[in-house]
Amino acid sequence: MFWNALTLQLGYNATLVTIGATLLGIAAGVTGTFLYLRKRALVSDAISHATLPGVGIAFMLMVLLGGDGRALSGLLFGAAVSSWIGLLCVSWLTRFTRLSEDAAIGAVLSVFFGFGIVLLTVIQTMGAGRAAGLEGFLLGSTAGMLFNDALVIAGGGALTLLAVLILRRPMTLLAFDPEYAASRGINVGRMDLVIMALALAVTVIGLKVVGLILIVAMLIIPPVTARFWTERTDHMVLISGLCGGLAAWVGAALSAFAPAMPTGPIIVLTSFALFLVSLLLAPNRGIVAVYLRHVRFQRRVHMRQGLLALAQGQPIYEGFTLRLLQRAGLSQADGVATDSGRARAAKALRDEKRWELVRADQAFESAAALYDGLRDIETVLTGDQISEIDQRIGGPQGVAT
Amino acid sequence: MGLEVAANRGATPKAEILAGSPLAIRGMTVSYGQKPVVFSVDMTVAEGSMTAIIGPNGAGKSTLLKAALGIVQPLAGEALVFGKPLRSARHRIAYVPQRASVDWDFPTRVIDVVLMGLYRELGLLRRLRPHHLEKARACLKRVGMTDFADRQIGQLSGGQQQRVFLARALAQEADLYLLDEPFAGVDAATEKAIIDVLKSLRSDGKTVVAVHHDLTTVRSYFDRVFLINTRKMAEGAVDEAFTSENLNQTYGGRLATGQIDQLELAAG
Repeated sequence: MFWNALTLQLGYNATLVTIGATLLGIAAGVTGTFLYLRKRALVSDAISHATLPGVGIAFMLMVLLGGDGRALSGLLFGAAVSSWIGLLCVSWLTRFTRLSEDAAIGAVLSVFFGFGIVLLTVIQTMGAGRAAGLEGFLLGSTAGMLFNDALVIAGGGALTLLAVLILRRPMTLLAFDPEYAASRGINVGRMDLVIMALALAVTVIGLKVVGLILIVAMLIIPPVTARFWTERTDHMVLISGLCGGLAAWVGAALSAFAPAMPTGPIIVLTSFALFLVSLLLAPNRGIVAVYLRHVRFQRRVHMRQGLLALAQGQPIYEGFTLRLLQRAGLSQADGVATDSGRARAAKALRDEKRWELVRADQAFESAAALYDGLRDIETVLTGDQISEIDQRIGGPQGVAT
Repeated sequence: MGLEVAANRGATPKAEILAGSPLAIRGMTVSYGQKPVVFSVDMTVAEGSMTAIIGPNGAGKSTLLKAALGIVQPLAGEALVFGKPLRSARHRIAYVPQRASVDWDFPTRVIDVVLMGLYRELGLLRRLRPHHLEKARACLKRVGMTDFADRQIGQLSGGQQQRVFLARALAQEADLYLLDEPFAGVDAATEKAIIDVLKSLRSDGKTVVAVHHDLTTVRSYFDRVFLINTRKMAEGAVDEAFTSENLNQTYGGRLATGQIDQLELAAG
């Protein structure tokens, strides 16, 4: 059954929702990466909450003009206008008053949202029955999604992706180094607004699927997830789009498979699951990897200290060090070095001298940068280089390398 | 109008020098809030020279550079680059910002940072070609960072980060290099690598201007100095302008006499 949902075999509406959500997820993940890199993720929260008054006003206007009031394109247009005003308020407050950005975001977010709720209440009391569906913009409602709605989402998502593709270089430059970007003639203020406008576009087209309260999750969680897997901006954009799309696809399929489940929140939870897996298991930045690295590092430190102590005939007091040496067969229970222990200790001491030379010599700079007091020198230098260094050190030759 | 101000302040740059100067700043005033950090400053950089901008902390050294580049908006004044307004000559300038201005945990590799220098060449949509990568690698080589191309930038030491910034500027193939404290907090190896590159730029006829804080190296690194403490205090060849009198004026007695004695100053 769930497989049917994943492969789009669960009926017309479920298929529309799944495709629409997936496109939205990709667009949100890609756009969100630049928000995250510019450290402006929270602005998207203000943007999304500021859509609500626009939805209300657009509904009222359309009813006044004799329309149905529920035409999606009209409502989204209203949402875009009011969230653009909200966005300008945030940047205006930040630039021309002493308010910091987080305070400005808090103020704009709550005022616009409050105003929007008031408008929704007014609409409910005046146009009995006809307002049904507007509160769906809060948490998304995919039940009655139409083909046209899916088209709006697909078209908006595609345009957003195209804009990101064109502007990726200046946006990356700006996010990494705004002063340098300005020195290259990029208008920092305007480019910031462009990034926000892209986030705004994603927010507006996502209102129908996940709603204004949760859209921020689709913008932020995928890039944060992607950050665990890569050290490159271009890869991060791709991975983030992939995560966003995957989460939306699986989430939409899940909610189609169990119809009582709300689509938006399920997508967010799926996205969070991907985040959780990355947080724990990502190869370099994941928690498990970091912990294992720490443990291994600690072992190596103790081992090295122990060997150097053995080589110089100093007593070892640390129990952990003694146990490590013993387990490796380098010392006996009383802390006296075994034969292999003595050899390793001599090698450690010799390496120490070699490193000293390497670090003092400009010619070995890139090797010296790897110095951490633990590394075996032959992992960094070639045999020839080592014997050259040994010659400079002098003393007994032919220590095993 | 800017010209008259300059003439009145005694710098008397002739119009033709001005037109050819890589960087001519006229009447530049920048303020943060109500306090001017840079006040009515004129500066004429000589082509093919290496100029140190010197002054105490908070004297407006970095701000002057940023205003010249349009990074901060001046209250008054203008900068001419090779005789033209900034907008049409921006591509001839390469800027090396302070290391601290950047988040070094940013997901980018050393080579990617250098490729940012090719921003103008690559434009918005052009694909990255092998010859772009080659150029970026060549720039890394000039600063001795070839082996680090694929590292994440956060793994570098401060000095290495500074050299990557310099490599990015080299990739721009500019004629005027503006550096903000390139030697601040770097190791000796980096300092030597950077000064070697800067001197080779000068011998190629390029112009270098650097905010500099170490008075002991002014004489060996630079041929011109520009002393500033909100206002311009002195400008000229090291031999003429780098005098104890000018330094005392600029630093307002904040330099100990012993310090000044060690500087091999020009007789003044």
